Amino acid sequence: MAEETKKFMYINRKAPYGTIYAWEALEVVLIGAAFEQDVSVTFMDDGVYQLVKGQDTSGIGMKNFSPTYAALGDFEITKIYVEKESLEERGLTLDDLQHLVWEDEDEDWAEKDSIRLVNRAELGDVLADQDVLFNF
Amino acid sequence: MSSIEANGKTYETDEEGYLADLNTWDKDVAAVMAGIDDCELTDSHWEVINFLREYYEEYQIAPAVRVLTKAIGKKLGKDKGNSKYLYELFPYGPAKQACKYAGLPKPTGCV
Repeated sequence: MAEETKKFMYINRKAPYGTIYAWEALEVVLIGAAFEQDVSVTFMDDGVYQLVKGQDTSGIGMKNFSPTYAALGDFEITKIYVEKESLEERGLTLDDLQHLVWEDEDEDWAEKDSIRLVNRAELGDVLADQDVLFNF
Repeated sequence: MSSIEANGKTYETDEEGYLADLNTWDKDVAAVMAGIDDCELTDSHWEVINFLREYYEEYQIAPAVRVLTKAIGKKLGKDKGNSKYLYELFPYGPAKQACKYAGLPKPTGCV
């Protein structure tokens, strides 16, 4: 029985540590990907901090799970939206974030960028196009 | 908390036999875990186990079986990057069984 693939969007709005939302969201994203759905991820508001490079959690006694974002490409999650205004409001640019890529098996494993920088209006259009939204 | 004995050392595990602390892992405990499942570890098994340990080191997660299959295919060749090959090595499920021997937690998405 072939089930229809749905478009799942996971929206990350919170800073990575201090609450469990970011880590839980990442686990849910990876589980969703295992079910071969069309999965996208958004980082907006304080959620953009989740992707900041060079995180060090040794002072707060929590696992640094930021390396796991680099595995999203392996799970065939290739659409990662970052809201431009959220970065700007926090004095960040794309250069402050991890460089996330996925490898295209059909093009001899060519590396392609996963992160798509979108403004608030464009992000609204992307969200309107989804079947299922999860807000973390 | 359960435990496993290997070569005179005791290793703590969870109730499903996964190591409690992956830093306590060594090849002896991997072989003992495999022995419990009546599985003798060959070079082909070690290739996958070593791959999983490297993957975890880099990404801090165990890969789902689909991800494992693809990544093995890329690293070790297409003839090994398929579920038939991996299931022959690890009949209880390549991700679950191989992760256990590699000392990793159970893969995310496995129930």
